[in-house]
Amino acid sequence: MNIVVCIKQVPDVTEADLKINKDGDDIVKDDLEMVINEWDNYAVEEAVRIKERHGGKIIVVTLGDEDSEDILRRALAMGADEAIRIDEEGFEGSDAKGISLALYHAIRDLDFDLILTGAQSSDVAWGQVGVLLAQMLNIPYATLAMGIEIREEKAVVKRELESNMFERVELSLPALITIQTGINEPRYVSIMGIRRVRRLKIEEKDMDDLEISQDSVGSSGSIIESKRVSFPLEGEGAEILTGSMDEICERLTQIIREKGGM
Amino acid sequence: MPGILVLVEGRKGELRDISFEMLNLANRIAKQEDLSVHALLLESEEKGFLDKLISLCNKIIKISAPSLRDYSPEPYIKAIISAVEAVSPDIIMIGHTSLGMDLGPALSEALSIPLITDCIDVRFKDNRLYASRQIYGGKIHSELLIKAHNKYIVTIRPGTFEPVYELGMSADIMEIQMPEWDVPAKRRFLEYIEERIDDIDINSADILVSIGRGIGKPENIPVVQRFADEIGALLSCSRPVADKGWLPKSRQVGTSGKIVKPKIYIALGISGAFQHQVGMKNSKTIIAVNKDPKAPIFNIAHYGVVADMFQVLPVLEEKLKKDA
Repeated sequence: MNIVVCIKQVPDVTEADLKINKDGDDIVKDDLEMVINEWDNYAVEEAVRIKERHGGKIIVVTLGDEDSEDILRRALAMGADEAIRIDEEGFEGSDAKGISLALYHAIRDLDFDLILTGAQSSDVAWGQVGVLLAQMLNIPYATLAMGIEIREEKAVVKRELESNMFERVELSLPALITIQTGINEPRYVSIMGIRRVRRLKIEEKDMDDLEISQDSVGSSGSIIESKRVSFPLEGEGAEILTGSMDEICERLTQIIREKGGM
Repeated sequence: MPGILVLVEGRKGELRDISFEMLNLANRIAKQEDLSVHALLLESEEKGFLDKLISLCNKIIKISAPSLRDYSPEPYIKAIISAVEAVSPDIIMIGHTSLGMDLGPALSEALSIPLITDCIDVRFKDNRLYASRQIYGGKIHSELLIKAHNKYIVTIRPGTFEPVYELGMSADIMEIQMPEWDVPAKRRFLEYIEERIDDIDINSADILVSIGRGIGKPENIPVVQRFADEIGALLSCSRPVADKGWLPKSRQVGTSGKIVKPKIYIALGISGAFQHQVGMKNSKTIIAVNKDPKAPIFNIAHYGVVADMFQVLPVLEEKLKKDA
């Protein structure tokens, strides 16, 4: 069972104080810690678990700058066997289709039974790349997986629907599956673990190696003409309680007693 | 006739809310730009869906086939392509649901039409499409102008627009034959699974104390549990806590978990991603405690405290105990 996992590096914004750049079309990322996209981390873990049960090898692929080697090494430490980095030069400003096209060209000649991606990324969250890639490769797919069982030449996928409802679908292999958070418990990656794989070579590819024409990717290939970002307009907004902790909790006590009928 | 084609979504014999939310948005855009609204109904048998849609659009396009009973991308794409050929819509509108997220990109690729996913607003003027989205976990708002194209596909975030059930229209009904194809399906629907819930029901609580990523580690949960017990509340959580297995999935509030409406919802260390907001925004009183003053939860909370939950809890617990 050879598995390709597509992963992406994203800025960690969970506790960050975000700022908008001069052009007003994105946030300032310089000070933000770059991490593996949360969904992709679950995808790497799932691949390693499938390999542990069924054998085979895992190739992780990313599209990014040199810094994104960190997430490839992290995936190698978790149990992936090989890593490919597609250099992002020329791909800047790509939309989901541009990114999928890069991945398609890097993956199409690999020997794989299964491709895993995150269901979406935490940054721009288009949630398109996995399915687009499957369409380009002309293989079946299923999104939002919360469970995968390999049965001979098939994969049975438990998909998350809404309101505690799931469905099971069967895919013939090779297939692509996008992974939802919570499908497993990703293993801890230690610094020692990453050190152990530091000598493993990361294969690099660029736009020329992949024979991709410049105008099909990047901003020229993107569906977006222009983009403005801002901080969300606040609705009514909360009444923010201020004062000492004692005063704040005094007020909270009143509110809870009054509104909760305690 | 150009217009907006809305893919109506049903599951297990029920039309889903997102269908009525999209019909609201579609009619709003159609009115401004003088377009028609077409509802596309894919089903295997009559289920009274027509009656529910007849006053909400100009035309209902109905395609019936056994292969459309439960969603699967291959037959759905075949059917939608025939509908698109029949009415040549300017905009194809799909819910950003587990169905739309699965179908949208494949349809976009099959039809070579640009796809803008997870929109919280869509405007259409002089054949140009403008879309609003949220990025970086809801912390940033993004306004997009899409390059000119003769058709666009958009997926709409559930819970963003009010559903409409009656607009006084009277739709024509158009039936289209399901195209035949003989390629064996590479993906097959097997069954629905409803998670069995052995745990307590968080819907039964007057007060919910809900924890998010800010809980930090599972060892911190007993402190919050004790606080919840003290005030007669039940403990619930946002997705990251259930994903990590720190609380059972039955305690998860949000799109893929439960929709709750307690008298008081106390959100501790929950940033308030939209999937969570959908599950709790109709609570009567929402109190949010979060270290990040820009956390989206403060936009929908009634009362907010910008602080570490672990500094608030002991003081608050002491006061509530004293008052009781």
